[in-house]
This record gives sequence, C-alpha cells and structure tokens, in this order.
Amino acid sequence: MTTPQQPPAPPQNAPQTPPHAAPAGPAPVAPPHPGAQPAAGHPGQAQGYWPGQAPAGGPAGYVSPIPIRRATLLDAVASEWTKIRSVRSTMWTLGIMVLLVLGIGFLAATLVAGQDGDTGNSSPLALGFFGVLLGIICVVTLGVLTISSEYGTGMIRTTLTACPDRGRVLAAKSLVFFLLTFVITLVSTGMIAMVDSTLLNGMTSYSPDADAWLRATVGVSLYVATLGLLGLAVGALLRHSAGAITVMLGVVLLPMVLSLFMMGDALSDVRKALIEYSIPMQLSAFYATEADHMTGPTGWTPLWIMLGVAAVALAGAYASMTKRDA
Amino acid sequence: MIELEGLTKHYGDVRAVDHLTFTVRPGIITGFLGPNGAGKSTTMRMMLDLDHPTSGTVRIDGRHYRELHDPLRTVGALLDAKAMHGGRSAYHHLLCLAQSNGIPAGRVREALDTVGLSSVARKRTKGFSLGMGQRLGIAGALLGDPQILMFDEPVNGLDPEGIHWIRNLMKGLAAQGRTVFVSSHLMSEMALTADHLVVIGQGRLLADTSMADFIAENSRSFVRMRSPDHERLREVLRGAGIDFAPGAEGALEVAGEDAAHLGELAARHQLVLHELSPQSASLEEAFMRLTAGSVEYHAHENHRPAAAAPAPAADGQWGAGWRKKGS
Repeated sequence: MTTPQQPPAPPQNAPQTPPHAAPAGPAPVAPPHPGAQPAAGHPGQAQGYWPGQAPAGGPAGYVSPIPIRRATLLDAVASEWTKIRSVRSTMWTLGIMVLLVLGIGFLAATLVAGQDGDTGNSSPLALGFFGVLLGIICVVTLGVLTISSEYGTGMIRTTLTACPDRGRVLAAKSLVFFLLTFVITLVSTGMIAMVDSTLLNGMTSYSPDADAWLRATVGVSLYVATLGLLGLAVGALLRHSAGAITVMLGVVLLPMVLSLFMMGDALSDVRKALIEYSIPMQLSAFYATEADHMTGPTGWTPLWIMLGVAAVALAGAYASMTKRDA
Repeated sequence: MIELEGLTKHYGDVRAVDHLTFTVRPGIITGFLGPNGAGKSTTMRMMLDLDHPTSGTVRIDGRHYRELHDPLRTVGALLDAKAMHGGRSAYHHLLCLAQSNGIPAGRVREALDTVGLSSVARKRTKGFSLGMGQRLGIAGALLGDPQILMFDEPVNGLDPEGIHWIRNLMKGLAAQGRTVFVSSHLMSEMALTADHLVVIGQGRLLADTSMADFIAENSRSFVRMRSPDHERLREVLRGAGIDFAPGAEGALEVAGEDAAHLGELAARHQLVLHELSPQSASLEEAFMRLTAGSVEYHAHENHRPAAAAPAPAADGQWGAGWRKKGS
C-alpha cells in the first residue's frame, strides 16, 4: 500500500511519461497520506508546491527502478569500443593501413624475388618496412581523430557529462585505440613477414632469428600503436583534427626533410641526430641486422623512446583536459 | 536538488556569469529565463562541470558533479542538439553513453521509443534535422532515468507537435518528483510549463520567484478609454467613484472595471468615446521590462524607448559586445 493515488504511475521498465500523455498539470498535490510525513519524499510521488514554500521531499524525490551499480574504467572502455567501431573513419584508416602494409610488402618481395641472384645478407623481413612506413600516416590520423573529432562535433561535452573523470576518459580512449591498432598492425606485419620470408627463401644468406622476427612484428606494431597514441595526445591538446594531423605529419617527416638542407660541418652533428632519431629511421631499426651498421638507437630502444614521448604528451593532454573548459 | 552559490565565470574581463545564487528544487519545473547571451548556457555548462567557474560552487544533491560516479543516473542533460558525432547512428550514440555509466543496453531502445526515434535508430545522426537532434539529445538525458533533468532550450527546432510533447514530458517528469530545470529565452513558453522562474540578465540574477507570483505581479489588466471630451470623461468617472490613471496620449486607464460597464456609463452620459479597449500587459512585456537593462545584443532601433536601453555607453562603442560571445 505505498501510494494508491500516485499520479502517473511509471511502469517498471519505462519510467518516462509516454510521449502523448495528457498534461499532468503543474505538480498535482498529493492528498494527505496517513502515516507518511510530507518530508518523507516518496518515490514517484508528486510534491505539492505553493509559491514561497519549499516543496517537501529530500534530494531523492524520484527513485529509478533501474539497478544502480558504480561505473568503472571497464565501462568507459566498453563505451569507447562502441564509439571507435561505430564510425567509418576507423574502418577507412585501418583498412587502408592493412592494404598498404600487405600490398607494398608483397610488391617489394615479388620485385626482389623476380631478380636473379643473391640479395646478400640483408633480412627478408626488412621488405615489410615500406608498407608500414606509409601505414603510419593512417594510424596517426586515426589516433588524432579518436579524440579531436569529439571536440570538432561537440560530442566531447556529451562524453564528459556522462563521465566527468577526464583521466578515465583519456585512459579508456588510449587503451581502446592502442589495443585495436596494435592487434591490426600485428596481424598485418605478421602476415607480410611470413609472405616475404617465404618468397625470398634461399635468396639470402641471412636467416632471421627469434628476436629479429619479434622486432619485425611485435616491435613494429608496438612502435606504430605508440606513435598513434602520440597522435591521440596531440589531438587532445590541439582539439582540432586538421591541425593535429598536420603537426603529426610534421613530426614524422620534418626531421628528415630538414636534415637534407643542413650543409656544412658546423651542423653535421645536428644533421646526424635529426636523421638518426627521425621516425622513419627509428622504424627501420626494427628491421635492421648487425650487418646494417646502424649508428642511432637500435634494437628495442626506439620503442622505449617513443613510449617516453607518448607518456609525456598524454600527461600534457590530461592536464589540458582537466584545466581547460570543454 | 541543485544548489548554486555565488557562481561566477569571467572570460577575460567580461563577466558572463556574476554571483548567481539560487536553488532548483525537486517536484517542479524551474524555468531558467534570460535573453540571448545572458549566461544561461554557461551556467548550465558549469553545473555539469564542463566549464570551470571563476568562483562559487554548484552542488547536486550536495555533491560536486565530478564526485558523481555514474552521473547519467543522477543528472540527465540536453545541452545542445548537435553535441554528437554525425557519423554515428542514433543507436550507437546512446549505446556508448549507456555503457559508460553501466546502464543496461535495453534502456537504449526504451529511450528511443520515448522520444519517437525508433524508426531511425540505425541512421547516422548527420542527416538528422534540428528537431530530431533535440529528440536524440533528450533520449540521452532520459537514458539513466535520473532524478534531475536539465534541458537547454529544448523547444528549439521542434515542430508544434514536438513542443507540445516536450511540455507534457517535462510536466510528467516533474510530477514524478524529479527536478526539472529548463532554460529558454521565451517567456511565453515558460508561462505554459514552468512552476518556478529564475531570470538572469548579463549573468546576474534578476528574479527568483514562483510563476504564479510573477504572473500576479506582472499581468496587470485595465481598460483604456479615450474621448474627445477629455474633461467630461474624467468628471463622469469621478462621479461614478471609479479610479483611473492617465495613460499615453490623453487616454485614461481604468483598472478593475468591466469594459461593458464603462461603455454603458459613457452612453448614459451621452459621452462620445474614441476608444474603449481592454488591455493586459503580457508576460513577455514584463520579461522585457525586467531584462531591458541587461539585454546584450540590442537591435539598433532608433525608436526604442530611452528607458529600455539605459546603459549602452558602458559597453563602449559599437562592436564591443562581440567579445562577450561564448556565453
């Protein structure tokens, strides 16, 4: 016997008033209710209201029948996964990336295999490099768009209203984007590594060991996905898709281009550093063998450098999201 | 229950919101009224922790918005109709919102049904009209079945049927004991829906009153009488013991008397009347009087009464107002 004369009793699963319900009038006054203090704030019961009098009822004037459970980071991750898979740009950027990695890797291998003779002691896996280098642009674009498109469309205000914890939003976005691009890149680099080593079987004296395989697949994929995270952070900092993509293209290409015009001995150290630490060169390090005599960072070092840069940029993005108005 | 205390927001040296203190109570519809650029949207964004106040606080059921763990279960908000990614379908837009707050996915269908968008659930929102965007925004606000609902200009872009629908929806929500806070720049719209009224202008609180009080104070009705024989009209009215006040252009304004009765009175005295018209000051006029001093973007009409725009000089020359945009 809760509230027999409750105005429009909400059905358990659809608590809103149906679209064309008759006007309920301005808050009908509940008749005196034996055994219930007006201040008790009955769920769903209309509050009487007169001018100058505060309506009875505590903060909980209405209690929803839907069970409440505390939202966690996992809920935010599920939400971001829905977001990233429900826009076309994800399919386009990652699809083109896969096509580039597989297509160019296959083309390079068939060209090399078509030549007669020995390719010396270079790694057959290195032929995957060219496709990945171009594929980077797609991954970086997706990374930027993951967050900048929310600022561009106004979606970010809806997102932050649903989840006011900026750290959780940024973490969920980063996690979903990183895992998705890592898995896609890993599958495509893994496939092209197998294709290339099969096609070039017997043409090279170098046989890649487990570490070489790992670097050319897992290493490259981690590096590319981390570079994409840097794009995501830049997107969050600039809040502008075109601007952030341009900045990221500059980060990838400018060091190499600048070094081309650095003549003279005085600048030789700068030129050398620009080349060695440029992103294409760092990426090629994952395919390099001892015989390549790389002078810059080798082995897994490029990954640690990129992780550090991305971490700093993400920290900046978090600070920016927390400080600035959405 | 939403409590604002001394809420202030500066953009540079412009005060978009200036020491707002008021309380939005459950069980009624509270109208938030002000001319364009008065700071309504800025205030609502600060309530939702999207913008940071320069000073002052907003408490939602005693807590700051950022302290809410699953805010959609507590507050549902419609900020603007286009706060969504155009490439995403209506269904996925609501689904990602539901997931972020641990709301069962079944609620998405219910919310779409409630706002009447079920048939376009799989369509990308890019092709939605403004009214459809508003409905989807409202579906997002209703998703978590919250106690508090905030709607920023919800009737914008809706057709008459949609306006009728949103009015009834808000009344129904308030009748269930929820807190409903709705902004508008149309007094006539508020008069039909709101029980309580908060009026702001240039970021300052101008009125915080019940709708009934506001109507009682502002809907003064009178009969305007005009006669070529002005003096005789006065004598006749005085003789009948009827109070009157001088109106514009030699007219007399009589309050509390029936127009028919006044007409018969004049006829009995064979008095020629040029005008006998019942008048009532509209709420819209009352609202304009209230906010006249604080309207931000005046149209440059030369015949505007001087009293209506008392201090344009404070804004400096023409164009200074543009810097205030963003509220």
